[in-house]
Amino acid sequence: MSFIDDFLASWREYREPGYYDGFDYHWTMSVDLDRCTGCGACITACQAENNIPIVGEDAIARGREMQWIRIEKYWEGEFPDVKLRFIPMLCQHCDAAPCETVCPVSATYHNQDGLNAQVYNRCIGTRSCAVYCPYEVRYFNYNNHHWDAPLEQQLNPDVSVREKGVMEKCSFCIQRIRQAKDVAKDEGRRVQDGDVQPACVQTCPTEALVFGDQNDPDSRVSQTMNDERAYHVLEELNTAPSVVYLRKVETDAV
Amino acid sequence: MPSDARPQELTYADVNRDVVRSLVETGSKYYITLACSIGVMLTCFFFPWFYQLYYGIGAAGVNHPSVWGTYLASFIFWIGLSHSGTLLSCVLHITNSEWRKAMYRSAEAMTLFSLCVAAMMVMVHVGRPWFIHWAVPYPNQMEMWPNFRSPLMFDVMAITTYLTGSTIFIYMGSIPDFAAVRDRTTGWRHHMYVVLSLGWRGTDLEWHRLRWAYTFLAVLIIPLAVSVHSIVSWDFALSIVPALHQTIFAPYFVVGAIYSGTAGIVTVMYFLRKYMNFEQYITKVHFDNLGKLLLVLSLIWTYINIVELFTGWYGGTSGEIEALRYRLFGYYAPLYWEMILFCAVAPLLMISKRFRTSFVPMLILSILINIGMYTERFLIVGTSLSRQYLPDAWGLYVPSLVELSIIVGSVAMFITLFLIFVKIFPSVSIYEVKETLPEPEPDTTTGEPEWQPTH
Repeated sequence: MSFIDDFLASWREYREPGYYDGFDYHWTMSVDLDRCTGCGACITACQAENNIPIVGEDAIARGREMQWIRIEKYWEGEFPDVKLRFIPMLCQHCDAAPCETVCPVSATYHNQDGLNAQVYNRCIGTRSCAVYCPYEVRYFNYNNHHWDAPLEQQLNPDVSVREKGVMEKCSFCIQRIRQAKDVAKDEGRRVQDGDVQPACVQTCPTEALVFGDQNDPDSRVSQTMNDERAYHVLEELNTAPSVVYLRKVETDAV
Repeated sequence: MPSDARPQELTYADVNRDVVRSLVETGSKYYITLACSIGVMLTCFFFPWFYQLYYGIGAAGVNHPSVWGTYLASFIFWIGLSHSGTLLSCVLHITNSEWRKAMYRSAEAMTLFSLCVAAMMVMVHVGRPWFIHWAVPYPNQMEMWPNFRSPLMFDVMAITTYLTGSTIFIYMGSIPDFAAVRDRTTGWRHHMYVVLSLGWRGTDLEWHRLRWAYTFLAVLIIPLAVSVHSIVSWDFALSIVPALHQTIFAPYFVVGAIYSGTAGIVTVMYFLRKYMNFEQYITKVHFDNLGKLLLVLSLIWTYINIVELFTGWYGGTSGEIEALRYRLFGYYAPLYWEMILFCAVAPLLMISKRFRTSFVPMLILSILINIGMYTERFLIVGTSLSRQYLPDAWGLYVPSLVELSIIVGSVAMFITLFLIFVKIFPSVSIYEVKETLPEPEPDTTTGEPEWQPTH
């Protein structure tokens, strides 16, 4: 029964730890919290690049903002001794993503580049992925959005505009990755470190965000992953995130 | 079983007459009720739903952390309500309970219709219901299967199976009754029952096969019913959301389902008895037995609730503790304590036999229990989702008018379906009630020889 043997072999391969290392690329981002100033440029860049709708004041008041990357703010201490901590939060492209198992129609899946991809056309809007995601980085289109003129002129033609009833989230600017891979293929080489950057990384003024291929040991992101400050957010949940955070250096620690 | 479960002083002819009367004699009260419930269904369910289809899920109150709302709570509620009918009927059939016989038909109908309403709630819940068929495995030009790892996918399978199983079960149990009604009606009703009774003649062989198949299905449906609500609970328990990610969830949901379903049966029994003139068939004995069952279920339910709180507290992670704190003392705390009052404290009244055998208090209690159980489902969805791991993404969910209206409309839809049912199906089983009656004396007045079955 070669069919069953083939199936079992591929099943075992899939169950092996380190499955994603077998892929060509394993896109990873690192966020240096010591460099991050919380300026929010990444949010704006993302909004422009990925056709993220401007939902308006009312929707934000109702908790329906759309930000594929957001700056989470945490206040520490009581007034006058307050300290504001912040952390950029975006889709962690988990290798063991809870959102991928729950989607009944496989609208979200892990692709061959280690990305957690979202297929808007396949989504039926059960919103279960947003519930299962511990990082709360999935955003739902509660209604159709429109762009007032002339804003519709700046929509990115490489990215689809999402319809009502569809879930969306950070894609690591998959359209740029695709383009870089196409160019590299035409030139008969691998994608080099620095060939491709998501909009947030490109725009970060302090270079707090670094993007690259984790499978390439010489890439900048692989170097930062070895930093002793490196950690994953909510590591105890074993979601194997692809976003690495570098702890802030406490200069005024008592 | 106590022998006074059997309706006293009834004859076979009375049973036939009463049940056929419930089908063919329709008063203006019935039509007014039916018209009202259809009207409420259209204005409160379909109108807001069409608006939501046009506008998007934003018509509901859902927002960023709480992406699930009352639609899902209603879905669990209706699935839960469906649980007692067929499951209870199967268990009682296998244990040969006499008191089951007068009530099981309407209990099974409850199963069927609450499953239909639950399926509608799924349609209302999802963002793009026009693509809902993608969740069903069928060969298609996209060469795409659904995701078999998804608990939502299991749900589709389990509910479809349960719906099919209970439809066959209620239909098969009704065949002899359809035949009995067929022989006593005229006109279009006669033609309808000719088709529905599948040419039933009442030979020994037919009875033998019916009994066998009926018991077979009953045995099949019990594990199925238990699995259905376990699977519904996995929609939540397989997530890693604090307060949802718990192993107790499957038994918790199953017990909750049977609990609310049994309370639902009490409600339906009351109205059937009152308005369909089945006083002689549905008696205090039924209310007494259902009351005992409800009491036991409420105790189990309370125990599981305590265990749920305890494991959350004992787990001790910050997420679990916060979720517990929010549920017990947060924004929705009044609802939580209302649930405890209605589902854990008030049912203790049923310790008294006098309470169990009085109809109106049992009706009120059964409705309170179902309000409490709805609240439970709402709290499971509402409080857990608004308090997850990252405090920056905490939120608050309040249902919108559209959602509240759809809850009312779904109740009206259930009532509409039930009202149509009582005019098509004999809502009290003719042949099984007859089994509890003393056999009539052979008719000696006409001088005809007593009919003997031929084998």
